Amino acid sequence: MAVVTMREALNQALREEMLRDENVFLMGEEVAAYEGAYKVTKGLLAELGDKRVIDTPITELGFAGLGVGAAMAGLRPIVEFMTFNFSILATDQIINSAAKMLYMSGGQFKIPIVFRGPGGSAFQVSSQHSQAIESWFAYFPGLKVVMPSTPADAKGLLKSAIRDDDPVIFIEQERMYGNKGEVPDDIDFLVPLGVADVKREGKDATIVARSLMVPVALKAAEVLEKQGVSCEVIDPRTIRPLDIGTIIESVKKTNRVVVAEESHPFCGVGAEIASEITERAFDYLDAPVKRVSSADVPMPYAKNLEERAIPGVEQIVAAVREVAYL
Amino acid sequence: MAKANYEVGKRTPEPSRLGADDTSATGVMDEEAPETANSETIHKEHEAVKEAQKSRFEEIGRDTLISLYHQMLLVRRFEEKSAEAYSSGKIGGFCHLYIGQEAVAIGAISAIRKDDYVLCSYREHAHAIAKGMTPESVMAELYGKAGGCSKGKGGSMHMFDQKVNFLGGHGIVGGQIPLATGVAFASKYKSTDQVTLCFFGEAAVNQGAFHESLNMAQLWKLPCIYICENNQYGMGTSLARAMSSQDISQKACAYDIASEFVDGMDVLAVREATLRAVERARKNYLPTLLEVRTYRFMGHSMSDPGNYRTRAEIERHQERDPLKLFTASLKEEGVLTDSDFQRIEAEVKEQVEKAVRFAEESPLPNEDELFTDIYANPIEPGKR
Repeated sequence: MAVVTMREALNQALREEMLRDENVFLMGEEVAAYEGAYKVTKGLLAELGDKRVIDTPITELGFAGLGVGAAMAGLRPIVEFMTFNFSILATDQIINSAAKMLYMSGGQFKIPIVFRGPGGSAFQVSSQHSQAIESWFAYFPGLKVVMPSTPADAKGLLKSAIRDDDPVIFIEQERMYGNKGEVPDDIDFLVPLGVADVKREGKDATIVARSLMVPVALKAAEVLEKQGVSCEVIDPRTIRPLDIGTIIESVKKTNRVVVAEESHPFCGVGAEIASEITERAFDYLDAPVKRVSSADVPMPYAKNLEERAIPGVEQIVAAVREVAYL
Repeated sequence: MAKANYEVGKRTPEPSRLGADDTSATGVMDEEAPETANSETIHKEHEAVKEAQKSRFEEIGRDTLISLYHQMLLVRRFEEKSAEAYSSGKIGGFCHLYIGQEAVAIGAISAIRKDDYVLCSYREHAHAIAKGMTPESVMAELYGKAGGCSKGKGGSMHMFDQKVNFLGGHGIVGGQIPLATGVAFASKYKSTDQVTLCFFGEAAVNQGAFHESLNMAQLWKLPCIYICENNQYGMGTSLARAMSSQDISQKACAYDIASEFVDGMDVLAVREATLRAVERARKNYLPTLLEVRTYRFMGHSMSDPGNYRTRAEIERHQERDPLKLFTASLKEEGVLTDSDFQRIEAEVKEQVEKAVRFAEESPLPNEDELFTDIYANPIEPGKR
């Protein structure tokens, strides 16, 4: 097991799956010659050639739809969005074509495609380049939505996503590409979609966190441990389908929940998780489910304002203390 | 006849006029007929047209001519029956009829192989049948029955049949254009010689999807044939009110794509233009844009108030009804006799009645179907 960055882990997954199946190809802006705006696709053009690794024009709706069409005809495209901010231009093809094709064709046309790229907050790039939009995609039946928080999960989940026969939205976190962790070398190492991971065990409160909020929640748990509060940190890893069972089991044990997310609170994934917990485990709750989300504002540029907009360790600590009535 | 120009970016300035009457070949008849020199010239021109038509018919062959006629009549009667079934509440939702445009789907699809691909907009009943889907499976889909081609889940706008490479009916204007481009991309990726026909209305040309797709198709040399069925109205908005530059075939120049302007009321002209495009696509992986000028005789959908155009305008276009024009040519050339026409009419009537019977008798989808076909690999959350 080697220690590698999230970026390298994703690169390994892409390379291994493209070598395994020649129907897998990768397309997107700057993925080939430039080797990726975030260098996730480094070395792939040189090794796999320009038939498999394709630079596209800046034409998100067009190449997203082209990918869906190629999937209808039997290929397994990986479409990179330079960032998920730009996927907004492609949502017609993702939602109206990819998500619905199997259903409206009466089960005839599956769409094995992965739409991947960085999402969530970035470093001081203001409102249009720094936002979390997973709740948009998670809303739609037909899509699967994955958000890894460690290099090992990133590799194992991306490999599963590429092998999956459904459209998968795979959101990497722009701030986490350099995060390091141990990653298995086994080329058949897979992390199944739809399975949450208990990142830390605890007994007093549950923190449900995804993507960037996982390391923040783990730090908060350390702080709280010193204050005598034992926290369990659960990473759903897949937003849709959501492994609510693992969350409910934890709630039944701890009776207190905080959902931490860097997306906006209104109509967000955290709201869905809170609602599920209320419906399934109301009698086990000793306090209302508490959400910690980004400020409900467009992302500002100024460093101090940006820092205030994204949840940090202190907010999670405060939220856990609130549900524990401390 | 105007020859196709195969040089990239060039276009045929005039539509084919063979087999048509002497009105404006664009199908727009508001303009005055051009001044003619004298009766002798007219006679000579007429003789030349007749000669050309004769050799054209010989080249195509009797069987194909009859098949084209049969299919055009079939989809005409099929749509008339659909309108009737819609009015009596048997068909729900939106129902976009194709009456008036038959020469386009039938002519173009007659130019491709069974293993080639077709993608369409939501006005696709005729294309589905032309591609080899049974009228039964299309009618049952309109009825929302289990025997429909999409198991009753798609309806009028979403006909699919993987067995004949009919890749849908798509409901968002222009949405099928990137998809078709991707299907063509897959053919090239797999080094097959399959081509893709992509049908869309002229209103889709204003969508970004059209421009983004044509750009990539020529950039990457994809075997996709873009067939713009210019019926001159996007729902109730005329072309003149919606498009700043209305010469659609010329828009191909922006992407260095070869293009042709085609008389969409002439089934053979559509077939011939498509054959030329197919050759380019199959041999050299090159895309083509065809602007096929046609006219929709019915409303945009069954709920169209029709207040945006006059009855007189529709009637003018009906003088060049593609079925009527083709019937006249077939008679003139002696391909079919009156009794042949009667026989085909009877055959078609039986086909449509059979389709309706099948749809009527087909069961409703099982209610469990509500929850199937959402995922190809359904996941039970939490299960490793």
